[in-house]
Amino acid sequence: MTAIPAPRSGGGRGGRRTNWEKWGWIYMRASGVLLIVLIFGHLFVNLMTGEGVSQISFGFVAGKLANPFWQWWDVAMLWLALIHGANGMRTLVNDYVSRPKVRAALKIALVGSTAALIVLGTLVVFTFDPCLGADEFPDLVLSICTA
Amino acid sequence: MTVESGGAVKAPPIETPKRGLRAPAGTLYRGTEGMWSWVLHRITGTAIYFFLLVHILDTALIRVSPEAYNAVISAYQTEIMGLGEVALVGAIVFHAFNGLRIILIDFWGWATQHHRLMFWIVVGLWVVTMLAFTPRHLINVFSH
Repeated sequence: MTAIPAPRSGGGRGGRRTNWEKWGWIYMRASGVLLIVLIFGHLFVNLMTGEGVSQISFGFVAGKLANPFWQWWDVAMLWLALIHGANGMRTLVNDYVSRPKVRAALKIALVGSTAALIVLGTLVVFTFDPCLGADEFPDLVLSICTA
Repeated sequence: MTVESGGAVKAPPIETPKRGLRAPAGTLYRGTEGMWSWVLHRITGTAIYFFLLVHILDTALIRVSPEAYNAVISAYQTEIMGLGEVALVGAIVFHAFNGLRIILIDFWGWATQHHRLMFWIVVGLWVVTMLAFTPRHLINVFSH
């Protein structure tokens, strides 16, 4: 019979180690509360104001991303949501994937896709050029770019 | 909850299902509101995660060209996708409210004892939010 260590005894590995599962648990709750504010605000501004989903275009997004307030809003949403989602998927992988190699491969895929999309999204928000393509598509961009 | 001197936690009494013989009895989660909130939290979370992956990639096209971005975003403005957006927002709103319910259950003894009632409060808030969102969104989708 395998001896099961008492709860909170650190799993028998001897104290002092960072309890990553505890910080993951805290992260899910802290980021979850912030994401409710960020995502409800995102949905309200993009889907409920003006003409809703029909108003979204290059010009609409360019207008938002010209403002540092929305740049930081979107980047905060990107980091918090993708890490929250990837950590949630890790929980599902732990629960439902019993073969160790498949489990490891899926977790590597989660870490890799999360890192790649966070880098991509952050670069997009902060290197965005609202006058991109002003010469080729003058009808699609903001009027200040063609003036 | 009260912590006794030995570190043992004295749990508050838990509501048990009273639904007759067919309902599994004597468990906290199985077969009642606790189980369904857990199932729905997983399903909605997974759906939102895969939408998020796509949504980051489609938004990244804003950095490629106005034409590329407008082409892909116009796919979100069709009638079919408009209905899909109602499902997506429904999933997000449920996951958000049920997530708050989970936090309250974790930190507040009253909520732990009344977690089944709180599931129905989540459902009620979800209905109210969706009644506010859906008509306005569908008018925006179908009038363009």
